[in-house]
Amino acid sequence: MRLPVLTALLALLLAGPASAQTTLLNVSYDPTRELYAAINPAFAKAWKAATGKDVTVRASHGGSGAQARAVIDGLEADVVTLALQSDIDAIVDRGAMVAPGWRDRLPNRSVPYTSTILFVVRKGNPKGIHDWGDLIKPGVSVITPNPKTSGGARWNYLAAMGWALKANQGDQAKAQAYMTALFKHVPILDTGARGSTITFAQRNQGDVLLAWEDDANLAVRQLGRNNLEIVVPSLSIVAEPVVAVVDKVVDKRGSRALAEAYLRFLWTPEAQEIAARHFYRPLDPAILARHADVFPKVTTFGITEVFGEWPEVQRVHFGDGGVFDQIYKPGQ
Amino acid sequence: MTPTTLRKRRVLPGFGLSLGVTLTYFGLIVLLPVTGLLAKAATVPPDLAWRLFTDPRTLAAFRVSFVASGLAALISVPIGVLLAWVLERYRFPGRRLLDAAVDLPFALPTAVAGIALTTLYVPDGWLGTPLAMLGINVAYTPLGIGVALLFVGLPFVVRTVQPVLAGLDPAAGEAALILGASPWQIVSRVILPPLVPAITTGAALAFARAVGEYGSVIFIAGNRPMVSEIVPLLIVTRLEQYDNPGAALLGAAMLVISLLLLLLIDRMRREVVARHA
Repeated sequence: MRLPVLTALLALLLAGPASAQTTLLNVSYDPTRELYAAINPAFAKAWKAATGKDVTVRASHGGSGAQARAVIDGLEADVVTLALQSDIDAIVDRGAMVAPGWRDRLPNRSVPYTSTILFVVRKGNPKGIHDWGDLIKPGVSVITPNPKTSGGARWNYLAAMGWALKANQGDQAKAQAYMTALFKHVPILDTGARGSTITFAQRNQGDVLLAWEDDANLAVRQLGRNNLEIVVPSLSIVAEPVVAVVDKVVDKRGSRALAEAYLRFLWTPEAQEIAARHFYRPLDPAILARHADVFPKVTTFGITEVFGEWPEVQRVHFGDGGVFDQIYKPGQ
Repeated sequence: MTPTTLRKRRVLPGFGLSLGVTLTYFGLIVLLPVTGLLAKAATVPPDLAWRLFTDPRTLAAFRVSFVASGLAALISVPIGVLLAWVLERYRFPGRRLLDAAVDLPFALPTAVAGIALTTLYVPDGWLGTPLAMLGINVAYTPLGIGVALLFVGLPFVVRTVQPVLAGLDPAAGEAALILGASPWQIVSRVILPPLVPAITTGAALAFARAVGEYGSVIFIAGNRPMVSEIVPLLIVTRLEQYDNPGAALLGAAMLVISLLLLLLIDRMRREVVARHA
């Protein structure tokens, strides 16, 4: 009676490590849930075709900063695919788990697809919101998450600041005054980007939502039930989500080849096509052209052109006592 | 008395073992994390700590957190006592269901509660629409924080008052009535005094729970700095910036203030009890 049970247990124990080698954990941020749910099986199929081996890719989603923290605290991620460079830099600085210089290890500085910041307004655009300047008109309320707790919101903030700098010929004080005025028009600061999308689309709060293009499309197509529309401002930022292999974990698990293949897969036409279908702008111009109907022409600037490198941006704008904190000083 | 007779009287096996388990539990589950928190908080340089605690935004958040928690605890007293009274003294269909429902806020993940309350109270929600007509906005205001805290705190008052009420002999009230006491006299002289310790304990628990509440509040608060931002959110914000010592310092400050307030409540309770004894 006992023998079959023992054999089964033994078999389980022996099979455990063998199957563990063919799993991969991708720790990502919140709005990529649907994207990676589509990419992961596609990669498994491609990997099977190339090597004959089975692989199961699991994905974990949460706020970008919280996910970086989880990896630092020991979540065994083979790869991280996060909303901004600062979050992977934190893994480099605080956990020494990703080697410095990680941005140069993959094509396009480790950015497999891009996005941009757009406006979502109520049907018919009743408040006549067409550009960043309109957001601070009397009676307009703006929904955007807190850049301190949301990686996505930092791109919203930087897009607005970039426009304000350009509109004021680079005058820092005037741009900051615009930002202060803008956040006076924000009645609700959600902690994450998805929270803001829900506040705007489902709770009917605010006149305009600042959102990543993929979340804007989600809001308009799924949550808004034809009650919302997208407005393209005169200028926006190129939002660059980044990806990296977590060296410390893959070396320990012996999964480096698999992890690198997985990330490189993101640059293949197949994955680029999936990204485009989930409203992330593909790098491949041919695929972008094929989806031109969903990607409107947007005049964009890169973060480094206006603000410099991320560590500097993080410190000056979002650090303790930084520009964003100044906005909420009383008497401003 | 010989040691053997002493030993016979004990319900638990052995003083040594009981104390050992108690101290181990207390040390591991309570003291160790709190010590860790205080140690981490102590690594913040004094000038930075001073700047943090004189920052108007920090002070505003402390005010919002403690005022909202205090008001929620106060409001939960009359409602909670009434609820306990109805559940204990009356028999009606659905009583057991209502009794079980009181515990729901304990079981419900607080984020779910926050989302549900927000949906109800937004200006075009079921409760938000009539309230908006009266010019009252609940969602995304400090009032919304109070509503969420009332929701999570109420069961504490009900559950601490209910068993004491069950142990009170209804005959005392009837006797007072026969002796010619007015309804107000019966409530204030006969029914309430034995309930005071339970009520203060319940209110203190509700308060303590409210001070640390995060999940349900952030959905309904709107989280505007200086207006509806609570201290736990400031702590999370610091953690997001990898400022663990700063977060620990804010946490330690909340702990100290809460402890002082709880001691104060306990002292008031003992004074009230002593006066009635």
